[in-house]
Amino acid sequence: MSLAKRIIPCLDVDNGRVVKGVQFVDIRDAGNPVEVAKRYDEQGADEITFLDITATAHGRATTVQMVEEVASQVFIPLTVGGGIRCVEDIRTMLNAGADKVAINSAAIFNPAFVKEASDTFGSQCIVVAIDAKKVSAEGEENKWEIFTHGGRKATGIDAVDWAKRMECLGAGEILLTSMDRDGTKIGFDLELTRTIADSIRIPVIASGGVGELEHLAKGITEGHAEAVLAASIFHFGQHTVEEAKLAMQTQGIEVRL
Amino acid sequence: MDQKLVAVIDYGMGNLRSVAKAAEHVAPDNVRIVVTSNPDEVASADAIIFPGQGAAKACMQALHDTGMIHPIQQAAQEKPFLGICMGLQVLMSHSDENQGIDCLNVIPGNVKHFEFEENSPLKIPHMGWNQIHQEQDHALWQNIPQDSRFYFVHSYYIEPDNQAMITGTTTHGITFPSVLSHKNLFAIQAHPEKSAEHGLQLFKNFLTWNGH
Repeated sequence: MSLAKRIIPCLDVDNGRVVKGVQFVDIRDAGNPVEVAKRYDEQGADEITFLDITATAHGRATTVQMVEEVASQVFIPLTVGGGIRCVEDIRTMLNAGADKVAINSAAIFNPAFVKEASDTFGSQCIVVAIDAKKVSAEGEENKWEIFTHGGRKATGIDAVDWAKRMECLGAGEILLTSMDRDGTKIGFDLELTRTIADSIRIPVIASGGVGELEHLAKGITEGHAEAVLAASIFHFGQHTVEEAKLAMQTQGIEVRL
Repeated sequence: MDQKLVAVIDYGMGNLRSVAKAAEHVAPDNVRIVVTSNPDEVASADAIIFPGQGAAKACMQALHDTGMIHPIQQAAQEKPFLGICMGLQVLMSHSDENQGIDCLNVIPGNVKHFEFEENSPLKIPHMGWNQIHQEQDHALWQNIPQDSRFYFVHSYYIEPDNQAMITGTTTHGITFPSVLSHKNLFAIQAHPEKSAEHGLQLFKNFLTWNGH
């Protein structure tokens, strides 16, 4: 018996509503974050991540309210990412009931922010999100770079170096998304995941590319991730979280059932 | 039924809202949950929940600044008392965190850092769902199956001087005490407020516990 590997459904939210087509047949309002989160909780999700894509200040206030509502009814860890730029943003989300925040571009513009955040709130609630893309050619030694703006802008920063640096600055976890795989449904970039997971002591959450249940297990067994994150495979009722856990268990992976 | 007041101690270092909400979610009608930073309210409450997050030094400083050290030491001796995560660790005599810091000394013993070999696949912090092996019977284990999983997130673990206090253990590289109890006190390294049904059950058990 030991620590279970985690499965984390990820939801995009805009103005406090779940967007990007969650399609459970038997819930009344698929845009209602409380209903969706409750459903994933019932299925045995180990945590839930909300990615806030809201553009306006008013909309962000609505997201805070949403986190409050979810946190008062769903008693598993909640992570909120998207638009976390300063200590006040973090405080607001934690006070609303989030357990962790994911910091992405703000870490790139100002790495010291990660240190400030972990010094203030503790590493346990600071997740650094890394969007990486392979930049080495076929036959060359593997190299991945950090990208911003949804994978459109290169930063010139090496992904492995960056993960190590984020660990040093106090990140408690790395949410690692392969921008090459995101949305492709062909599975995680396992080399990327393994290279980073093996380079740092803090847990890595693999993300980007899940299309089948076996992809999740591979993220753990071959990618050496501690947790796997997925969206569409769960949203469209293709599989439940419980099915995913059973599939992982048959691969010898310890899960919470 | 008698009214019962349960105080969740607020010293600026906890996930108080989550803890209070989880407790409220399962509280019987006669139980009122208050989040308080008032030492008098801690003294007059019927039971205490002592959460905590962050670093030991910052927690001790915050307890000092809010005048909570004595009220907590007092309450931990005399009424149902539930310590959670850092609210367990700072009950000990001393923690190795932050180059070493003296803590509340309610429970004799130390707090130590996980140490694994350089290329160990074990991660620090110990983060996620792990099992608690119930080492002895306790009223707070009611309706919680043996070896149930709870949500943990911590880099330090406790070592009480008195082994008889060890009420639950968990394995992450080493097997460490994850739950202590002594008379009216029960303290857990995991986060029951984030541990779904078993965590809620633990709060339910605590809220109806008379401390014996």
